[in-house]
Amino acid sequence: MLKFPIYLDYSATTPVDPRVAQAMIPWLTEHFGNPASRSHAYGWEAEKAVEDAREEVARLVNADAKEIVWTSGATESNNLAIKGAAQFYKGKGKHILTLKTEHKAVLDTFRELERQGFEATYLDVQENGLVDLSVLKDAIRPDTVLVSVMFVNNEIGVVQPIAEIGEICREKGIVFHVDAAQATGKVEIDLSKLKVDLMSFSAHKTYGPKGIGALYVRRKPRARLEAQMHGGGHERGLRSGTLATHQIVGMGEAFRIAREEMKTENERVRVLRDRLMKGLQDIDATYINGDVEHRVPHNLNISFAYVEGESLIMAIKDVAVSSGSACTSASLEPSYVLRALGRNDELAHSSIRFTIGRFTTEEEVDYTIDLLHKKIGKLRELSPLWEMVQDGVDLDSVQWAAH
Amino acid sequence: MFAPVYLDWNATTPLDPVARAAMLPWLDARFGNASSRHEYGRQARAAIDEARARVAAAVGAHPTEVIFTSCGSEANNLFIKGAAALMKPGLVAVGAIEHPCVREPAKQLRRGGWTLREIAVDTAGRIDGDDWKAVLEAKPSLVSVMLANNETGVLQDVAALAHDARTIEAWFHSDAVQALGKIPVDFRALGVHAMTLSGHKIGGPLGVGALVIDKRIELAPLIAGGGQERGLRSGTENVAAIVGFGVACEHATARLEDEARRLAGLRDRLEAGLVASGMRIFSAEAPRLPNTTFFAADGFDGETLVAKLDRAGFACASGSACSSANPEPSHTLLAMGVEREAARGAMRVSLGRDTTLADVEGFLAAFERLTNELNNLTAMAVQS
Repeated sequence: MLKFPIYLDYSATTPVDPRVAQAMIPWLTEHFGNPASRSHAYGWEAEKAVEDAREEVARLVNADAKEIVWTSGATESNNLAIKGAAQFYKGKGKHILTLKTEHKAVLDTFRELERQGFEATYLDVQENGLVDLSVLKDAIRPDTVLVSVMFVNNEIGVVQPIAEIGEICREKGIVFHVDAAQATGKVEIDLSKLKVDLMSFSAHKTYGPKGIGALYVRRKPRARLEAQMHGGGHERGLRSGTLATHQIVGMGEAFRIAREEMKTENERVRVLRDRLMKGLQDIDATYINGDVEHRVPHNLNISFAYVEGESLIMAIKDVAVSSGSACTSASLEPSYVLRALGRNDELAHSSIRFTIGRFTTEEEVDYTIDLLHKKIGKLRELSPLWEMVQDGVDLDSVQWAAH
Repeated sequence: MFAPVYLDWNATTPLDPVARAAMLPWLDARFGNASSRHEYGRQARAAIDEARARVAAAVGAHPTEVIFTSCGSEANNLFIKGAAALMKPGLVAVGAIEHPCVREPAKQLRRGGWTLREIAVDTAGRIDGDDWKAVLEAKPSLVSVMLANNETGVLQDVAALAHDARTIEAWFHSDAVQALGKIPVDFRALGVHAMTLSGHKIGGPLGVGALVIDKRIELAPLIAGGGQERGLRSGTENVAAIVGFGVACEHATARLEDEARRLAGLRDRLEAGLVASGMRIFSAEAPRLPNTTFFAADGFDGETLVAKLDRAGFACASGSACSSANPEPSHTLLAMGVEREAARGAMRVSLGRDTTLADVEGFLAAFERLTNELNNLTAMAVQS
């Protein structure tokens, strides 16, 4: 029994796993205490639940619980890490480095630091979406204090060479931050091996609730940060603000499930994604965006040439996905990630990001393949450009008349 | 399950069943990201809009004046740092009894060239009229005075203060986190430029707050990113918590008058009993929240009493939750000129929608018994 729309947008957010919701309920009912209340049982039990969840988050990434700071989500974690580290180390230097393909939460924070007087470099990536390590090395300056590179890209799912970048940064004494929002439960993360100083986590991308995230802050060697939220001194002064017990419990449970089930889940998901990929690749003029090998098994980002982007999204309403366009209030902008891969605007607009997950079924995948075949076919029938291509015309050689 | 009678409603409140019921679907089948363009996203977006309207209505503001944050602390940080970032450094004046999440961000402004001035309170805990006049003469650009104090429950005449601030063209902010749901809170009538609210203080969930703000004020966002909340607060919206917040606001303000009267009656009974036991009630003569009593007795350590009360089945507080790990006496009491020794004995009992007369009387009986025990121990120690 298919439920419409079929949800294939797991990278935008994930459903709360029923086991996670179950774990949260007591903290939304009779166990309502403020974890900072030291004077009664309601507070103590809430505090214990918070510390147990902190352990679970640390375990997923092989870190110490003392290295986990609760935040309201990965966006806040990114802000805290990047601004916090840059401001702390600004005596050492004012240059900060990242990739053009990072999430807005990183890019926008970098831009804010530029307004504060930092110099930022936004590196290009290769056509497969991966950063070239020698380009990164060359971009590092004596006054570079921070490098930020995401583990898994939210749009194209590619996995950056975090271990290697960590080595480079550690060797030069540069703080290395990694946005791992899309990585938890999808790739192995071992912070006892990776030379990462700061790492951002999100709960709602890993079957946990929205509104909660964490920041890993390395203790050996000690990563230093300037707090961004001040007040009651929570989280050892790094992040003040009452902790939301039920959300934290949810994140802990979500990360426990991720740790225990990642291997088997990834296998199942890979099979489904590959099925989807095969099923769609036999449509003409399709292009996979991003490296297929260095990629999480959940993501398929694919462009359908000679199909108008908006019409495509409208045509496949039965399936909830993301497109290669971002809606800003007045205009449709082509995805800056796809542009960074070298895709032109049209192709960027005609791309779809399919991200599958824990609850995706084979039936849903097959329905989607059928749907795309039907709709792409129809839309191309209506496309004069497609007709020209079929007739052997090289569109790049055409002199388009101005109107 | 050991479930003490909960008398610490100012620290946090149990989630209102109406709010919980409204939230659950958003932790279940309605899981979409509000920024997604498909049905799951649109549904979430509509729910947020509805909640925003509810919160705005509860405080007499326009929905476009409501910015959702992750908590009250964040809203206070956002206003103080965000407004200051876009202004020429000047003077920021903050009440002497503000919560740390107002005091600390204000202190941070000094690193950007601002000067900080505390506005003194009198022995009742009300803003001191003479000091306020002096502050106005110093022409602050930013002022923050809380509507209701979390420890003593004392209410400030924010409408008058905000009016004065406007005459010198200062932005006036008020932390209304403790006031919402206990007294009428009207953004427009108060004439403040900005106001902070918190979900978990009014029967809403933890993890959500709001900054209500005059749109003429430019704020530099604290959290940059995807541009949510009109660019003022990026980050995937916590739909479930926002929905819960909206419903809780509506529910709390609908019953406000009756509930305030009921709570005041219970609190008066409580205080009569405490006074009879020789307790000193702080700020008894000042206008206060109807649910709060902050008191002390010579020779008693608040921490010890509160721990014993918990074991006896009554959960209350010594000082505010945020600093209850800190052995310092109440900052509020010290600002009121209360001696350190007296402040050490301070305890807070705060009532809420589930509190009954039986709870109050049970508390008084336990309190009497425990203070007698402690007195006897002291007497025995003195004898030997």
